[in-house]
Amino acid sequence: MNIDRMKKLLQQALPPVDAEAEPGRDLWPAMKRRLDEKSAAQGAYFNWAWFDGALAAGLVGLVVLFPASIPVFLYYL
Amino acid sequence: MQNGESKVLNQFRLGSQEALEALFRQHQRVVYGWILRIVRNPEAAEDLTIESFWRIYRAHARFEPAQGFEGWARRIATRAALDWLRTKRAENELSAETLAEVAAPAEADPAVTAEIRRKTVLAFSRLPPKLRITATLAVIEERPQKEVAAALGISVAAVKVRVFRAMRLLRKDLERQGITP
Repeated sequence: MNIDRMKKLLQQALPPVDAEAEPGRDLWPAMKRRLDEKSAAQGAYFNWAWFDGALAAGLVGLVVLFPASIPVFLYYL
Repeated sequence: MQNGESKVLNQFRLGSQEALEALFRQHQRVVYGWILRIVRNPEAAEDLTIESFWRIYRAHARFEPAQGFEGWARRIATRAALDWLRTKRAENELSAETLAEVAAPAEADPAVTAEIRRKTVLAFSRLPPKLRITATLAVIEERPQKEVAAALGISVAAVKVRVFRAMRLLRKDLERQGITP
């Protein structure tokens, strides 16, 4: 196989990209939006996790202190 | 490395968004250009530049300032571009037109007709993404093999092997299409 010939053929079909190519717009605003969205999403997740954890801890405490309430919880599940 | 640059890199390592912005503005053109070489689609390259910097920011704690930012960013950008190529391959959306979208006018060889070029682009688009990305950078863009190896996270020998395999698959595909390179 002649690598040089293949290379020439490829470069004719797919010419190298302009080395000085630049983005058509300022990309930082989009990057900043993405950072802010991800931060907000992470914040929401942690709030939810905190609330969920507190609720679970409360339920476990209630069951430990009042074992008789277990059938009541099971009934409502 | 200058003190100011070193300070920015250290701040980035600690997760500073101000440092990220400084690095983004300084390196976005290089990262965009590198991605564009691989995906050959300006809109996708813009999106992937943002995706790459997002990955870069997520990995800030693993960054080693002594190794320099550009090479590290290029490696992450290459990975993002490779993921994009894989997705496009899975979606079967990578057409010959997309591949040739940013093609600059070249000095046409009269022996290479439009039909041969079209079939070559088609055959190239059918290569496995790992081989295509290596051949794009090393053969079409003529980047130094050491640079390609660093960007792909493989050895120079592995780059040579991938280029050879890509050329062999390409030749076989072209022969099936009735073209003898």
